[in-house]
Amino acid sequence: MSNDGGILQLSEQVRSGQTTAESVLESCLERIDCYDPVLGCFQNTFADVARERAREVDRLVNDGKDPGPLAGVPVAVKDTIVSRNEITTCGSRILENFVSPYDATVYTRLLDAGAVPFGKTRCDEFAMGSSTEHCAFGSVRNPWDTSRVPGGSSGGSAAAVAAGFSPASLGSDTGGSIRQPAALCGVVGIKPTYGRVSRYGLVSFGPSLDQVGPFARSVEDAAAILQVIAGEDVHDSTTIDTPVPDLLGELHSPIEKLRVGVPSEYLVEGNDPAVNERVHAAMDVYRSLGAEIIDVQLPLTDVGIATYYVIGPAEASSNLARYDGIRYGRRADLEPGEVLFDLYARSRSEGFGEEVKRRIMLGTYVLSAGYYDAYYKRALQVRRLIRDEFNSVFEQCDVLLGPTTNGPAFALGSKNDPLSMYLCDRYTVNANIAGICGISLPAGTVAVDGHELPIGIQLQAPALCEPTLLRAARMFEAAAGYENHLPDLKKTVASS
Amino acid sequence: MAHESEHTISIDEARHVADLARLQMTDEQVESCRGDLETILGHIETINAINVEGIEPLAAAIEMTNRLSPDEVHDPLPVEEVLANAPALEDRYIAVPKVLDEDGNN
Repeated sequence: MSNDGGILQLSEQVRSGQTTAESVLESCLERIDCYDPVLGCFQNTFADVARERAREVDRLVNDGKDPGPLAGVPVAVKDTIVSRNEITTCGSRILENFVSPYDATVYTRLLDAGAVPFGKTRCDEFAMGSSTEHCAFGSVRNPWDTSRVPGGSSGGSAAAVAAGFSPASLGSDTGGSIRQPAALCGVVGIKPTYGRVSRYGLVSFGPSLDQVGPFARSVEDAAAILQVIAGEDVHDSTTIDTPVPDLLGELHSPIEKLRVGVPSEYLVEGNDPAVNERVHAAMDVYRSLGAEIIDVQLPLTDVGIATYYVIGPAEASSNLARYDGIRYGRRADLEPGEVLFDLYARSRSEGFGEEVKRRIMLGTYVLSAGYYDAYYKRALQVRRLIRDEFNSVFEQCDVLLGPTTNGPAFALGSKNDPLSMYLCDRYTVNANIAGICGISLPAGTVAVDGHELPIGIQLQAPALCEPTLLRAARMFEAAAGYENHLPDLKKTVASS
Repeated sequence: MAHESEHTISIDEARHVADLARLQMTDEQVESCRGDLETILGHIETINAINVEGIEPLAAAIEMTNRLSPDEVHDPLPVEEVLANAPALEDRYIAVPKVLDEDGNN
């Protein structure tokens, strides 16, 4: 696989016959065979189906037809996104053998664009987590240092791109699950505007917060994937019915007089000093490009996690009621004398892991009689305030700049109490609460215990402003030069 | 970061929530979950400091009105593939344990 050019060049090479989709896929599969036993990015690969698909792309090229803008581009898909005839586990025992009878819309759109999806990546169970340690089938390791987590919940998708297993992947982001692992693995990750991308076939966690988005090695590559998966879908009535703007046409032209807001709440002492240093360096990059740096305030930053941990679990507890052992998923064996209630409770208790149960309990509690107004209604009121606060700040600036996370990747097993894990998402949850779009970009590395660890910066833009978000991101990327900066896997694995 | 929760959750309350959520838990699991909930709710209560008087709740960030789809017939999901995921079948029906007792109560 060519690591030099991006996805668009790769697709062009396939379309012009300089390379074949099949050989591109094979080189990904070989690298996975070699290194994934150590990293654990993939829950499963479906090599034969993917080979057949790649050959079909090559046949179209031979017949003089255009397979599409992602011709022959291998894409890894988070294990929360269903596809017909392949197992989708969501990282859960309860869906261990689940085979969807339909393809997710994003999956269909990848296929229609000539891409070659070839495997499902590991994630925290039902996307609940920030480290991918809550996957029922095993953790994923960070390709920069295998003693550390890749972030989560889309840890497998982020690590697969950083490891060079796939030029791009899909994740889902409910409170930071694309941007946080992108930052910790040193790749680009986009959380689109709520409703920009169809959720049909994304196993639901928090339906008012969930969005599917891409991981890739560069802004252009991520934009190329987003361009294909975005857009209205008859199967998802929450998709936005305005046409998807051209994300690639002007991507490389800098925005004149860009106004970059930096909230004072984002550069606090609680961050690792290296994180604040990288954000300051990014501010310098933007200044050097003629952008104006504007001090802004987002005082509700700190109540984001509290608001999120009412809304997210409330939605999840309702959503996950569907896993009852009746129509699909794990069904427990009953003891004599046990009744239907026991079938539900036993199937769920055997099938769900600890973190999922914790969030179901939390969600059930905040929605239960007597607590609904105090927690759920109040959280939805704060949600409006958070959204309004973003709206008013975006009158002063085009994009917001800050850290994606408060530090680089942490060690596996180091965040044992749930709350400390939840607080990892301080800078990312509010974009989901407000529905706006965000991107995490590699912003250099910091040396920790003899390993280079990536640090990410986050840009956020108003709802529907992906073109601005991506152009502003590309300005930084082009000037800072961190694109395609990937770990030396041979070295990482040898020292693990 | 840790805030004192305004109220505590009793074992009975935690057990009741587990029943509502259809989760079977041992006493130790209920106790451990109770402690976690108290800690998390302690943090959640930071939103009590926000003045929300007169603020309309916002359920979905991008406000939309109901959308109607055209009344057209589409192919349904393939029944065999849907049923293939069912844990137990009788013919083309999903089998479940007896729902009603002899008196017709569930």
